Amino acid sequence: MPEFSKPSIEYFELLPLLIVFGAACLGVLVEAFLPRERRRIPQVLVTVGGLVAGLAATIWVATDVEEHADGAARGLVGAEGSVIVDGPTLYLWGLILVFGILGAALFAERRLEGGLSSFAGQAAALPGTEAERQAATKGLDHTEVYPLLLFAIGGMLLFPASGDLLTMFVALEVLSLPLYLLCGLARRRRLLSQEAALKYFLLGAFSSAFFLYGAALVYGYAGSVSFAGVDKAVRAGSADHGLLLAGIALLAVGLLFKVGAAPFQAWTPDVYQGAPTAVTAFMSAATKVAAFGALLRLFYVAFGAERWSWQPMLAVVAIATMLLGAVLAIVQTDVKRMLAYSAVAHTGFLLTGVIGAQGAGDLAEGQYSSLEGVLFYLTTYGFASVGAFALVTVVRDAGGEATGTAAWAGLGKRSPLVAGAFAFFLLSMAGIPLTSGFVGKWAVFTSAMSAGFWWVVLPAIVSSVIAVFFYIRHIRVMFFNEPEPGETAAVSEASLLTVGTVAVCLAATVVLGVVPGPVLDLVVGAGDFIR
Amino acid sequence: MSSHLLLTVAAEAEHHIPVVAPTEADGVFSLLWLIIALPLLGAAVLLLGGKYTDKWGHLLGTALPVGSFVISLLCFFSLLGRDDSDRQVSQHLYDWIQVGGLDVGMDLMYDPLSAMFLLLITGVGSLIHVYSIGYMEHDPRRRRFFGYLNLFVAAMLMLVLSENYLGLFLGWEGVGLASYLLIGFWQHKPSAAAAAKKAFVINRVGDMGMALAIFLFFVTFGSTSFSVISASAGSASETTLNWLGVLLLVGACGKSAQVPLQAWLLDAMEGPTPVSALIHAATMVTAGVYLITRSNFIFELAPTAQTAVVIVATVTLLWGAILGCAKDDIKKGLAGSTMSQIGYMMLGAGLGVAGYAFAIFHLLTHGFFKANMFLGAGSVMHAMDDDVDMRHYGGLQKLLPITFLTFAMGYLAIIGFPGFSGFFSKDKIIEVALTENLLVGLCALLGAGITGFYMTRMMLLTFFTKKRWADGVHPHESPAVMTVPLIVLAALSVLGGVMLAGDWIVEFLTPVVGHVEHEDPPLPAIVITLIVVAVVGVGVALAFFLFQKRDVPREAPQDVSFVTRAARADLYGDAINDGLVVRPGGHLVTALVATDRSVVDGAFTGSAFTVRGVGQGLRRLQTGYVRSYALSVLVGALILVLTLVAVNL
Repeated sequence: MPEFSKPSIEYFELLPLLIVFGAACLGVLVEAFLPRERRRIPQVLVTVGGLVAGLAATIWVATDVEEHADGAARGLVGAEGSVIVDGPTLYLWGLILVFGILGAALFAERRLEGGLSSFAGQAAALPGTEAERQAATKGLDHTEVYPLLLFAIGGMLLFPASGDLLTMFVALEVLSLPLYLLCGLARRRRLLSQEAALKYFLLGAFSSAFFLYGAALVYGYAGSVSFAGVDKAVRAGSADHGLLLAGIALLAVGLLFKVGAAPFQAWTPDVYQGAPTAVTAFMSAATKVAAFGALLRLFYVAFGAERWSWQPMLAVVAIATMLLGAVLAIVQTDVKRMLAYSAVAHTGFLLTGVIGAQGAGDLAEGQYSSLEGVLFYLTTYGFASVGAFALVTVVRDAGGEATGTAAWAGLGKRSPLVAGAFAFFLLSMAGIPLTSGFVGKWAVFTSAMSAGFWWVVLPAIVSSVIAVFFYIRHIRVMFFNEPEPGETAAVSEASLLTVGTVAVCLAATVVLGVVPGPVLDLVVGAGDFIR
Repeated sequence: MSSHLLLTVAAEAEHHIPVVAPTEADGVFSLLWLIIALPLLGAAVLLLGGKYTDKWGHLLGTALPVGSFVISLLCFFSLLGRDDSDRQVSQHLYDWIQVGGLDVGMDLMYDPLSAMFLLLITGVGSLIHVYSIGYMEHDPRRRRFFGYLNLFVAAMLMLVLSENYLGLFLGWEGVGLASYLLIGFWQHKPSAAAAAKKAFVINRVGDMGMALAIFLFFVTFGSTSFSVISASAGSASETTLNWLGVLLLVGACGKSAQVPLQAWLLDAMEGPTPVSALIHAATMVTAGVYLITRSNFIFELAPTAQTAVVIVATVTLLWGAILGCAKDDIKKGLAGSTMSQIGYMMLGAGLGVAGYAFAIFHLLTHGFFKANMFLGAGSVMHAMDDDVDMRHYGGLQKLLPITFLTFAMGYLAIIGFPGFSGFFSKDKIIEVALTENLLVGLCALLGAGITGFYMTRMMLLTFFTKKRWADGVHPHESPAVMTVPLIVLAALSVLGGVMLAGDWIVEFLTPVVGHVEHEDPPLPAIVITLIVVAVVGVGVALAFFLFQKRDVPREAPQDVSFVTRAARADLYGDAINDGLVVRPGGHLVTALVATDRSVVDGAFTGSAFTVRGVGQGLRRLQTGYVRSYALSVLVGALILVLTLVAVNL
């Protein structure tokens, strides 16, 4: 009989994960034991407290983590090999937690809907029925969104930190399921929201199946699910090369779906538009960070030695994604959909950075690696995206948020501050010099270029030019177009929660553009993955 | 320091290309940053200050560029006090992007080339600000106008002061943005909005060239700094250098309205006239010439790219001149002329070491006389109730005496009347062109003749000939705030030629562009000068007989030759753009969409799409049905597997 050995858990290094999951469980208890009308304040406190504590723990761990045995990276392999806490992990954790806190602030905003949250009062009530009206008049609220948010964030933390394919799959599901639910909980336009949630769920489940199948194939090839084991098998080589390639492709499907790359981008506009805008703001940034973190770890660590095979594949995906996102964004007449297609285009730009992977010896002296470029881009894009969506929540008319482009005409005259901030986020996404987006684009394009992928950088520049067109066009609508009668939106007064979120994003976008140095240092300091 | 000396020697042995190796700024040069900061502050105060600044905004907006001008003057004089070999200073503001060995600083560099540009931008810029006080007096958005103008000046100064291509690009985008805002300033006019958009789109093509060039610089040299690149340019392969040169040329073509990216400049005249004078005549459109002169260390080693510059320049100088002959809109006539004159500058820059100094010389004199004439045109429009059609003018010389006299000075300068500034500068470029290549030289000579023709036509139609304006118009001279800048600019147009006295400007710019032994032209210089004057004289005489001796109809005659029709239609520039780019692009996309659709859901509709149609077509794919999305995921997965396997077979 095999001897049972107690698994060893590195409690200190895993503290951020444990805190967030712990807070989520606490949130469930609050739901269970407090009466409905008294749950909100404790839930917000638990959520924000948990996230802030998680962030503090992340910083603590980051200052304390030691060099790994291999000398090339800092950190350790924890939880019996299933969780890897290294420099990039800690950086991504910090980023996800910051976006989580900003998202939680948007969740808690109640002034915009006249004292109600932007989530459905009674999700089970059919849209348009008496039950729904009653829920609204009674001022009911779904406070379950807070634990759901925490579980999603917990999954996101685990996703890029996972050390084997199974943990990665579990993390994928843990982060996705709460998001599916959250997407369907909009207070206004509920049918749209529910449709979006269902679509997201069905397609997400479909692509998860691909991921799992890919994991099985790779296990068949390598005889191991841990990334280090797969890497070893890939380096050793084997006759079943086809098995590995099919595995890589299917794993890629699952991850590319999550980041919204073509041809798996179809859900993005529908979900971004249908979901409550606070959820969209949160997931546009945090999901992208987590999924790209996982993508990087999988491809750089497990398949790093096989990069000649997957680089062309990702390159083609990147080109298609950027061009499709940029071209389709031009014809959108809805701000949220425009931002969704812009998110697709940015996925393409990020993938351009991912394919810039080079061996450690190939890098010129002092050049930053593609990993660092992508991490920096995620930072810049995340803040601009959260900020832009947060501003969408305050531009409203009688029917709630006014997302039609026409309604934004002349906003620059009515509320120069909001329009100015929105314009600034758009300029940053467009990559105009002195905004953070420019430095980010510069980082990913140069790493792709120095890896020899000029044929990807070329379409990347073309699509950024196309993208500038629709960003600037929206700025022109806000500042120069006269509003059409009957189609005007005004800026509602928001509480400090939304204003603060926008202010943080604005400050981050300015600082990252003008003095990106400290954050770039941080990214470089994060070092490499533990292999 | 010793290594830099070695490099200089090595470079001199080959091509006489000076290496950029500035020393740290001290003394008055430590104020360099302030030159940019002052107008930037103005833009911030005026644009963010809102209506509280309405009362005094225009005064602040004028005072700050004047402040920059004063600092530029101080710097210029203390540069003159330095030794020839010590005339490059740099100022490090802060590290913009610094990671490991990659170091892009916010660095400024001041050398003879930027010194000349600073004086032009802040000097002419300040005069135009003063003029605008009068010109925009009745515009309710005058404060905003000054805010944009200050923004433009700051960006333009950044462009010429940066020590690396990235900072230059920052200014480059900045002037583009300011130009876009100012062309569309009167956005209630649909034509102005359309013109702004056109300028924006065409300039993006140029910017794309610029961006690619910068990436290529970075990949090739590991830096974007002028000093690093100029020191190691010799180590790159000639193919790379040619590519760099061509990409930079694409950028220059967009900004400087050179063929084939010229179509936006004439439409840009929709902006207020001071904008046309400052941005679309004196400064921004010459940024391309600056770029090529600044990148001399690339172009000197890239013969193919240099040839491309010469070809583009020659075509443009004739193209612009022909357009100038057919336009009845006084501002569009001047715009055609600007295009043509920039062609001359590009030609000078494309001819290499022998021509750089003359290109910059012509750029400066052109800045004076063209700004003068644009402002003069503005003064005429002011008098004629904003009518721009020269066929509605005539006989204005008595009614607008100051405008007439100052405009006449500009006119004599641009046609190259002996003794006026344009005479010296254009003559030199034609001389160098004739020395280097006979055909190019003859084209430049022909261009000079056409210049004489269209400028005389403009002069006659506006100030001489019979009066043709309607009864309700009462022409009057402009107020002093507008005429004083005109007088100053007219004086500069007359006297600008002194810069060539004793070859001063050539020697002054030598530390930047290098020096080459003067090659003898095919004919003695004095003979060439006489021929140029004679050719110009023919053009002037022709115009005189066609327009002064005959009656000018109030409406443009329609029974005209093919050439005139072509020139009126901008030599079919827009039609060419449509035919070569817009429509084929549309068809390509239609085809793509059609293929895509037939694959995905078996439907095929062959409707016509424009560029926007592309998106609309693709949008139909976004059916909203989960089943079709799921199908696309499945197809995508298949494609991924197949690509991976295919790549590895």
